[in-house]
Amino acid sequence: MIKKIFFQSIFLSFLFLVKTFAAESGGMPQLNPEFWVSQIFWLTITFGILYIVLSKLILPKISNNLEIRKSQILENIEAAESQRKESEEKIKEYNKIIQDSKIKAKNYFNQAREKILKDISKKKEKLDNDLNEEIKKAELDIQDLKNKSPEKITKIAIETSNDLIKQLIGVEVNNSSISAIVEDLSKRKKSEYYGN
Amino acid sequence: MATNPMHQFEVYRIGPEIKLGAIDISFTNASLFMVISSFAILLVFSLGSKNKSVIPNKMQLLAELSYSFVSKMISDTAGSKAKPYFSFIFSIFMFVLFCNMFGMIPYTFTVTSHIIVTFMLAAFIFIGVTIIGFIKHGLGYLKLFVPSGVPTVLLPLIVVIEIISYLSRPISLSVRLFANMMAGHTMMKVFGGFVISLGIIGGWLPLSFSVALTGLEILVAFLQAYVFAILTCIYLNDALNLHH
Repeated sequence: MIKKIFFQSIFLSFLFLVKTFAAESGGMPQLNPEFWVSQIFWLTITFGILYIVLSKLILPKISNNLEIRKSQILENIEAAESQRKESEEKIKEYNKIIQDSKIKAKNYFNQAREKILKDISKKKEKLDNDLNEEIKKAELDIQDLKNKSPEKITKIAIETSNDLIKQLIGVEVNNSSISAIVEDLSKRKKSEYYGN
Repeated sequence: MATNPMHQFEVYRIGPEIKLGAIDISFTNASLFMVISSFAILLVFSLGSKNKSVIPNKMQLLAELSYSFVSKMISDTAGSKAKPYFSFIFSIFMFVLFCNMFGMIPYTFTVTSHIIVTFMLAAFIFIGVTIIGFIKHGLGYLKLFVPSGVPTVLLPLIVVIEIISYLSRPISLSVRLFANMMAGHTMMKVFGGFVISLGIIGGWLPLSFSVALTGLEILVAFLQAYVFAILTCIYLNDALNLHH
């Protein structure tokens, strides 16, 4: 609206100016028909050449360029799309490989662990068995010693008492009589000495 | 008093007088600027279409943007049927635009400020559109003057009005361009004259006005070329797609 008013005012002022200056110069040069034919002639020639050259030579080239660009851009977009898909697949593959190898590693680890645990338990059993045997042996030895000790002690006691008597009284005493006494004593006091 | 603002529109002969029989077809300053404008268009667009790179350089971008601008304008107003007339409308638009723009350079001649030039263009378009209309639709093209949905009582009046408006198309088309260009250039000349006559003290106001007018005139130069082209498209649309 404002634009319209503006242009109208320009046009009105132009009319006014034309009136004021028309008196001075004798009208608008545009209305002087002297060169009308020449203008028409040259307009026809220049515009004709312009039209022919533009439509036959230049515009097809430009439209061709635009078409080529459009198709090329489309092609590029397609190529980019396919490459994107490919790379996505590769990423999937890669992830799968990583997953698989993780599982494999876990399996290996578990197997190794089980094997080691088995080994350890086997060895432990063996060791326990050995230890038990040793302990049994030692116990047997101890029992043996325990069983044999009273006889030895009796012997030692007989010998010592023999020696003591010889020293004290100077008389050689018969071994068998002493042993009879010692045995008698030891039998009586056996529970005191070997309390277990 | 300043120089006559209408002096810039005077046509004078350049070189010898050329006569074709009794008709004077001498080369004038108007012819010179027609040639310059056409040559400039051809130069710009041949440079712009020479390169075929996917990423356009500046000239190519200019040419391709102009191409798609005009192409979009045509397809928006006249539809896809107007495709064969693309190069004509493109030439018209570019010719008017370059003539207008060359007129904005000081001491140049504005081809489009002459009624005979714009009228010839408009008359050519008018005749061409009418012929196209009759070729496409035969006598059915006359239906253009009978709008549908009008009461029968009003029909005679409406038909007369439609015919007058149709016949006045070349006049309105040519006078619009011619008057706009002439008015603008006259105004600029007058304000330029004021700058001189008011001198260093009072001349600043018309000078600033003159600067503003220059910007406005460049806008008008483009706008009028655009209007000229788009009206051509609209007339063509009437001829191609007859539905009133």
